[in-house]
Amino acid sequence: MSEVPRFWRESKHRYRLVGTRCENCGNLYFPPRDICPTCRRESINKMKEEELSGEGEVYSYTVVHDGLEQFKMQVPYIIAIIKTKEGPLITGQIVDCNPDDVKIGSQVKSTLRKVRTEGKSGIIQYGYKFILK
Amino acid sequence: MRDVYIIGVGSTKYGELWDMSLRELASEAGLKALMDAGIKAEEIDALYGANTSAGQFIDQEHIAALISDYSGISELGIPAVRIEAGAASGGAALNQAYLAVKSGQYDTVVVGGVEKMTDVPSEVANEIIGGSLDAEWETFFGVTEASVAAMIAKRHEYDERVKREHYAVFPVISHKHASMNPSSHFKNVIKLEDVINASPVAEPLTVYDTAPLSDGASAIVITADKKKIKESENPIRIKASTMANDFLSLHDRKKIDSFKAVNKSVKEALKQSGLNLGNIDGYEIHDSYSIGSLIQMEEIFGKEAIKMVENNEYYFNSSHPLNVSGGLKAHGNPLGAVGLYQAIEATIQLRGKAGERQIKGSKNMLIHNMGGLGTTSVTTILGVE
Amino acid sequence: MSSIVSYGSYVPRYRIRAEEIARVWGEDPENIKGGLMIYSKSVPGPDEDVLTISAEAGKNAIKRTDVSKKTIGAIFVGSESHPYAVKPTASILVEALGLPNDIHSADYEFACKAGTAAIQNVMGLVDSGMIENGMAIGADTSQGAPGDALEYSASAGGTAFIIGKKGIAEINKTYSFTTDTPDFWRREGEKYPSHGGRFTGEPAYFKHVLTGAKRMMEMQGTKPEDYDYAVFHQPNGKFPTRAAKMLGFKDEQVKDGLLTPYIGNTYSSSMIIGLSAILDKAEPGDRILAVAFGSGAGSDAFDITVNDSIKSYKRDRAPGVMEQINRPIWIDYANYVKYRGKIIMRGE
Repeated sequence: MSEVPRFWRESKHRYRLVGTRCENCGNLYFPPRDICPTCRRESINKMKEEELSGEGEVYSYTVVHDGLEQFKMQVPYIIAIIKTKEGPLITGQIVDCNPDDVKIGSQVKSTLRKVRTEGKSGIIQYGYKFILK
Repeated sequence: MRDVYIIGVGSTKYGELWDMSLRELASEAGLKALMDAGIKAEEIDALYGANTSAGQFIDQEHIAALISDYSGISELGIPAVRIEAGAASGGAALNQAYLAVKSGQYDTVVVGGVEKMTDVPSEVANEIIGGSLDAEWETFFGVTEASVAAMIAKRHEYDERVKREHYAVFPVISHKHASMNPSSHFKNVIKLEDVINASPVAEPLTVYDTAPLSDGASAIVITADKKKIKESENPIRIKASTMANDFLSLHDRKKIDSFKAVNKSVKEALKQSGLNLGNIDGYEIHDSYSIGSLIQMEEIFGKEAIKMVENNEYYFNSSHPLNVSGGLKAHGNPLGAVGLYQAIEATIQLRGKAGERQIKGSKNMLIHNMGGLGTTSVTTILGVE
Repeated sequence: MSSIVSYGSYVPRYRIRAEEIARVWGEDPENIKGGLMIYSKSVPGPDEDVLTISAEAGKNAIKRTDVSKKTIGAIFVGSESHPYAVKPTASILVEALGLPNDIHSADYEFACKAGTAAIQNVMGLVDSGMIENGMAIGADTSQGAPGDALEYSASAGGTAFIIGKKGIAEINKTYSFTTDTPDFWRREGEKYPSHGGRFTGEPAYFKHVLTGAKRMMEMQGTKPEDYDYAVFHQPNGKFPTRAAKMLGFKDEQVKDGLLTPYIGNTYSSSMIIGLSAILDKAEPGDRILAVAFGSGAGSDAFDITVNDSIKSYKRDRAPGVMEQINRPIWIDYANYVKYRGKIIMRGE
C-alpha cells in the first residue's frame, strides 16, 4: 500500500529539520507541533516554523542487532537520541562510523539519507540521519 | 460509592500456541473466567476486550465483537468494546470496566485480553511492537521498542552510575518464578551471566533482557452485585485503579530515564486505596524490558529500589516479592492480555492458591501495566478485606 | 560571461581497494594499479544515492557563500544514476536545500558530462539575465558489472556549483563538441552499462577531450603553459594523464585535479570534482583549463580564471575534497556487494 501523502506531508521537516517555535514561551520543538505543551491554548496560531542546524551531541544511543526489516542491510545499526545545539532532542540513526566510536557526548551533525523505500517500485523516503563530526 | 470485586479469573497457557487462533484463545479464557465465577453469560452486562495489534498481527479489527460472537453470546446482545493502549491495553480495559461498574452503570462485566503474535515472522512482529512508538519520528527511522529501552539503559548507567547487574537481575527473578507457574511460556531458570552474555538485541540489552513474543488470553469477571459477591468463594476487592500518561516519545521528555507517569499512577492508587507501600505484599510490574523493571521500581521506591536488588529482596519468599507469576519476561508477553494476567496472578496469590510460589499471608498486591516505555501507566491495587 | 559563485563536493566515506576486487576475480592487481592507475574507489553507503550525494554537495556550496538561497533561480542535476527513472532529482533537491519554489529545474543525462551540461545551461540563464544565480550539480553512484573492468573504477561522488554574475572565478569561455560515438551505453531497464572495450579510447575519449581542449585554446589564443591547472574527465588515472601529455601539459598542472586513482570515476562529477579540488587551493589569477567528456559522445571545455574574491571566500565553512578523500572507511568485497545491492534478496 502506498504511503505517499503520509511521507510527503513531512518531507520538509525530515529533509531540513524544520521544527516549530512557540512564539508565546519561546520554546523550540522538534518534531514540529501545532500546540505547545507548555502554553497549550495560548500557543494556537503562534507556532512558527524554524530550521535546526542539525548540529548536536549524542545524548544516548544503542547498537541495534535485532533491527527492522527495512534496515536489514545496515545491521548492526546505531540509533541515538541527539541533543541539538538549539535544545530539542531528536531520535535518529548515526551512520558512516564504527559503533565503538560513538559515545554519549560525541559531536554529530545531520546528513540527508535514504531512510526507507516502498519496495522496488514505490517512492524513496529520504530523511535526516547523523554522522560523527 | 460501591465496592468492585473480582469474582472469576481464567487464562490460557502462554507461549507459542501454534494450533490456537485468536478467537479460540479469547473464548477459552472468557469461558474459564465465567466458570470460575460460577455465573452464566446471561448475567454479564458488558464485555471489555483488550488487544494491542490484532489489525497488524492477524488483519483483524473489531476484536470485541469477534470474541463475543465466538464465545457464543451474540444472541444476548451484550455490548462489547475493544480497549487499546499499547501493551497497557489489559490494564486500561480493567480500568474502564472498573469505572463502569463503580459508577453503577453496569453490575457485572467480563474483561478479557488477547494477543496472537506468532502468526507473523519475528521481524514483522518487531515492526508491529514498534507501533506503540511514534511511527513518524521514531519507527520511521529504524527505532525498535528494544532500542528505546536500550537508550534508557545507556543514559541511566551514565547519569545514575547504575550497573548492568542492577537491571540484568530482573529476568533472572522472573525466570525463577515462572519455573513454579504451570501456565508459563518459559520454565527454565537462568543466571545473571546468561542475561549479560546472551546475543545482543540493542546494546546493552540481550534477548534475555526482553520479553518473548507469546500467544495467550486472560479474562476476569468483576462485579458490584452484592449477591454475587456474597456467593463468591473468594472475592478479591479492587482497592484502586488509576491511569497516567506521559509524552509518547523519549525525545520529548525532560528526563529519558524516568517514568513520570508511573510515579503519578502509583501515588494516586495508594491514595485511592488508603494504603501505603508497607501494606503491599507483592508486586506484578511490566517487565517487558529489564531496564523498564528497574525504572518502575525506582518510581515506586526511589533509590531504595537498587538496594533491594542488591539485597535480593524481589524473590517470592523475600520482603518485596516481584513478578511472582514469572512476569511478562518468563510467564509470557501476549501484549493485550498481560495486564489481565497480572490481575489474575494477584487474585490467585490473594486467594492463597499459588502453590509453591505463594507469597505467605498476602493481603494486598500492587500491579503495574505499561504501554510503551513509561508512556501509559496503569496501576491496580487488589486486596482481601 | 558568468562566474563560479560557490562550489562544494561530497565523497562517500566507504572505499574499496583495487586489490580487494582483483582478489575476488582472480586478476593481477598490478595491472589495475599500474595499467589503469586506480588504487581504490569510493562506494556509496547503503543509504546513499544521487539525491543524498547532490544534497550534501549542494549544502557545502551554499554554506561557503553569503549569497542568499532566495537568489537561486535554477537547479539542474546531471547524472546517469538518478534514483528515479521518472521523478526529478532536482525537485527533491529544491525542498532538501530549501531553495525557492520559483525556480527552473531539470535532470540531465549525458553519461559523464551531464554535470557540465548543467553548468552550461545555468550559464545561459545567467548570461541572458533570466536568473541571478543558479545551481548546477553533477553526481553519480555508478555501477560496473561484477567482474568487468569498470568495477574497479565506477564510483560515487558529487559536485555542485552556484553560477552567477559575480563570483570567485570567471568562466571566460565554454565550448562543446559532440559526435555520435557509441563507446559506452546502458539500455533502459538494464542494471549495468556496456562498453566498447578499447573502442572507448582513441575514437571516443581521446578524440573528444583533445578536440575540446585544442579548440578552446585556439579560440582563446592560449597555450598549455598559460594555465596553472588543467583537469580532464578521468575514467581512470591513465587516460587523463596521457591526454595531458599529448596536449603538452606538465604533471604539476594536472596532479591536483587527478583524483580517480584514489576515489575512482565519479562519472558526472568526475572532472568537476577535480576542478573542485583545484579551487580548494587556487589563488587569485590562477587560470584553469577544464574538459569534461561524456560517452556517446561529447566534451565540454571551460577556460576559467580565479579572481580576487576567492581571498574573502569562506572555503573552510565546508570540507574540501582532499579532506573528504582522506577519511576513508575501508570495506571488503562482501560488504561492497551488499551495499551496492548486488545480492539478490528474498522477494526480488
